[in-house]
Amino acid sequence: MEFLRPASWQEALAAKAEHPAAVPIAGGTDVMVEINFDHRRPAYLMDLNRVTELQEWEIGADTVRLGASVPYTKIMEHLRTELPGLALASHTVASPQIRNRGGVGGNLGTASPAGDAHPALLAGGGQVEAASVRGTRMIPLDDFYLGVKRNALEPDELIRAVHLRKASGPQQFSKVGTRNAMVIAVCAFGIALHPDTRTVRTGIGSAAPTPIRARTAEEFLTAALDEAGLWDSRGPVPPSVAGQFADLVAGAANPIDDVRGTASYRRHALGVMARRTLGWTWQEYRDAN
Amino acid sequence: MADQPRTAPARPGTSAAAPGRIPTSLTQGTGSATTKGGIGESTLRPDGILKVTGEFAYSSDLWHEDMLWGYTLRSTVAHARILSIDTGEALATSGVYAVLTYDDLPTEVKNYGLEIRDTPVLAHGKVRHHGEPVALVAADHPETARRAAAKIRVEYEELPVVTDEASATAPDAILVHEGRDDHHSGHVPHPNVVHRQPIVRGDADAAAARADVVVRGDYVFGMQDQAFLGPESGLAVPAEDGGVDLYVATQWLHSDLRQIAPVLGLPESKVRMTLSGVGGAFGGREDLSMQIHGCLLALRTGKPVKIVYNRFESFFGHVHRHPARLRYEHGATRDGKLTHVRCRIVLDGGAYASASPAVVGNAASLSIGPYVVDDVDIEALALYTNNPPCGAMRGFGAVQACFAYEAQMDKVAAELDLDPVEFRQRNAMEQGTIMPTGQPVDSPAPVAELLRRVKAMPLPPEQQWRTTEGADVRALPGGLSNTTHGEGVVRGVGYAVGIKNVGFSEGFDDYSTARVRIEVINGEPVATVHTAMAEVGQGGVTVHAQIARSELGVTQVTIQPADTRVGSAGSTSASRQTYMTGGAVKNTCEAVREKVLDLGRRRFGTYHPAWATAELLLEGGRVVTDGGEALADIADVLGDESVDLELEFRHRPTQAFDLRTGQGNGHVQYSFAAHRAVVEVDTELGLVKVVELACAQDVGKALNPLSVVGQIQGGTTQGLGVAVMEEIVVDPKTAKVRNPSFTDYLIPTILDTPTIPVDVLELADEHAPYGLRGVGEAPTLSSTPAVLAAIRQATGLELNRTPVRPEHLTGA
Repeated sequence: MEFLRPASWQEALAAKAEHPAAVPIAGGTDVMVEINFDHRRPAYLMDLNRVTELQEWEIGADTVRLGASVPYTKIMEHLRTELPGLALASHTVASPQIRNRGGVGGNLGTASPAGDAHPALLAGGGQVEAASVRGTRMIPLDDFYLGVKRNALEPDELIRAVHLRKASGPQQFSKVGTRNAMVIAVCAFGIALHPDTRTVRTGIGSAAPTPIRARTAEEFLTAALDEAGLWDSRGPVPPSVAGQFADLVAGAANPIDDVRGTASYRRHALGVMARRTLGWTWQEYRDAN
Repeated sequence: MADQPRTAPARPGTSAAAPGRIPTSLTQGTGSATTKGGIGESTLRPDGILKVTGEFAYSSDLWHEDMLWGYTLRSTVAHARILSIDTGEALATSGVYAVLTYDDLPTEVKNYGLEIRDTPVLAHGKVRHHGEPVALVAADHPETARRAAAKIRVEYEELPVVTDEASATAPDAILVHEGRDDHHSGHVPHPNVVHRQPIVRGDADAAAARADVVVRGDYVFGMQDQAFLGPESGLAVPAEDGGVDLYVATQWLHSDLRQIAPVLGLPESKVRMTLSGVGGAFGGREDLSMQIHGCLLALRTGKPVKIVYNRFESFFGHVHRHPARLRYEHGATRDGKLTHVRCRIVLDGGAYASASPAVVGNAASLSIGPYVVDDVDIEALALYTNNPPCGAMRGFGAVQACFAYEAQMDKVAAELDLDPVEFRQRNAMEQGTIMPTGQPVDSPAPVAELLRRVKAMPLPPEQQWRTTEGADVRALPGGLSNTTHGEGVVRGVGYAVGIKNVGFSEGFDDYSTARVRIEVINGEPVATVHTAMAEVGQGGVTVHAQIARSELGVTQVTIQPADTRVGSAGSTSASRQTYMTGGAVKNTCEAVREKVLDLGRRRFGTYHPAWATAELLLEGGRVVTDGGEALADIADVLGDESVDLELEFRHRPTQAFDLRTGQGNGHVQYSFAAHRAVVEVDTELGLVKVVELACAQDVGKALNPLSVVGQIQGGTTQGLGVAVMEEIVVDPKTAKVRNPSFTDYLIPTILDTPTIPVDVLELADEHAPYGLRGVGEAPTLSSTPAVLAAIRQATGLELNRTPVRPEHLTGA
């Protein structure tokens, strides 16, 4: 195995162009596990830790440009206001040691359905900034996940950053695991209220081949809130609406039975999380008045 | 012969470069003039800070110049004929020094085992479980060894698997072991039953006729892993005399030695074993792992060979706790007295016997719990299947039974509309109670009192997760995963109590050896204690120093590394080491003391009449009378002489259980603990937060109170683990392990570990050294059923299986 250590982003892109099989590594919290278990023996490993701009973030007018290697700890500490859903999800990532190393770029690069960041990213909305020696392109998160551990990157592309919409309303993240910390998701759910567009977005983790949005549930809820004038009245969401939303979220999932849980439990739990997180976000929206 | 260790062979890796200091060879002192640091004090363990700061040298840190790395090729299927093994390509790999298969074993002894020698050193003709060792590679780099092993081509012809009682004992079932001729094979109902132990006492049928209520239940206990710190590892160094020096993390050096030497074709004197840094054991190191493999490779290559399992391999490298299916029937009269118990306990022993026969004996004899029941009909058995081998784990057969009988006790109490604690107290055993085996309980058995104490502890406040800023999710089910802010959360409280035997039972000649020396160094008397006791985290080395201080009146005690230059200390298991090797240290110290006093009488007897007339003690570095008068300094008594003795210590003999009736005085001592669990359950998501696990335990005498509380809290947490998360999942169709990693085999984190208030009772057992009672296992028993009882109370569900998974609580 060859170990590439580019000193700059340009060098990294050049190296990736020359060795498309190179696996980028930053915190190593995902890649090293695969190597240790011998699930993966890449011919080239590309250490991105010398490319320090990957660890930076910029807060713009409408978006946050989050460097691919910004560790979860920094997201929790500094981006709670702008990215509340992702900050909550970051809290649930493994242990403090892992959160000090791992970042969103790793989750996106691996594109495992169990990555903790995905439901929050999907619910918040944004784009992946993918770069190569050929140039830079923006891939909407909605188009990024293609299959189990497959994403939309070309072989010569690296993830530079994600551009995430700054929260215009409350966001929540919830994850079921069979212990109270340091656990891989049995399933996870993210929700973001977007009062600016009067829409609701969601994200589901570990309950389909890829991270997905529960689009039917989103459309139903967006319409129901609109029809009842609740964005303006800030009145309570009727339980029947919350219940229907929960059912639609559960129905959007396409889970399997595995060693971590059953498909039917995953569906059930997603419904419960959907109802609760809707309750929490909507209450926060009402209280914010 | 390749490089010999240049320094004393007892310490490979003691160079500054390698953090290989063997932690048991520490001189522990208290720096006090009087005899401080004796028994009853909470002296600190020498390995504690090293472990917490990451500086402790585990056996995996061993290093030797020029050493090779061993790797074990394991079966990828659970049950198959081996048609061929082609090692050619592996042997041709650059950097590979040896590739060994069954055909390379040097003697006619090709199997090993704790009680039944049914386990092949390397698979021969057949593999019987997933992950069975098939071939060994030694290479100059661990990665080279691993890659070479991947080039070994093994051709399997898969066989059907037997995975449970129905498949294993069917008339046409494929036999896991053909042609059995072990000492249990004559009395078992089927060749796929390792051992069966019935216990019949009184007349259960007649007693059942008197019962006002009869409660039945079927229970399932999942397969738990010891999940100890420090996966299996060791270093084998070939010696010039043709023997081998083996440094290894294990639980019983001499038991290993007895199994290793014949396979190597060496006399035991040429296999010199030294305990290396052990992280933990919990029974998982009673069976051999890399010991013989490392020695074979070292003797073949003439080079030191180190083998280190990673965590994945460790799940295949040791036995697990027997999963069990238990069927119980309890009867009681309206006034709350048990009439009878019938039970049947089926343990899955997996592919090899390991400790299964003894686990069966425990499960049977302790199957009804710490209660008075005169009429019982009991049967326990262990199966041979193609599942992973199961054997010793903390609680050893008593754990599975306790889970079931305590669930039954709650059910009967509910039928009688009695408080579950009150019902248990009405039936609690006490000193004088006759066990189902006919053996009287001849030391304190404060079962009712332990229950009273644990119930009397104040309950934790309700809804501790409520804060002024909202819900503190860390205190709620789901924890940091943020699944509830209080929605669906219901509290439950449950109780349980258990009984565990201490020491080896059923007629086993259980003994420990201690060598103690006292001499003057720099004007001060110093004691040296040498045993072969495996320090696996239980704190034995701390206690040995305390005993030597108390018995010999010295301050400075050196604990020698545990090795086979001294006699056997028996196993660090069965809650026995403080009793047995602690007892041996005490016993030898007393003999040493008599020699010191004899020396004093000879030297100074004429100067003071008390030398002849008074009861003399060694205290604070001096010889004193029982009246407190100092007669001489120990240093002056000894002068240039030293006293050095090695003696064996035995507990009272026990008897085998009758094979038909189960009658016999099989046990030495019992240990009792009671728990109260307080849980909060998210009833919608099926997630559990254990809020508190209060424990009361009788320890006879707390030699080191801090260590005692640590043992109780650790055992309690291990019991919690198997209540709510820990389970090795085996595919019933293929018998393959599905979750051999800490990613999917979950053990409690600190956020899952509740506060554990501990109430320690000290009622002396007059038969035991200092009156002490083994501590380590009892808290593991009652913790699990207490948590289950609390979850049942919170949810109203029956829950006859452990661990409880979220889908069991939600019905989804």
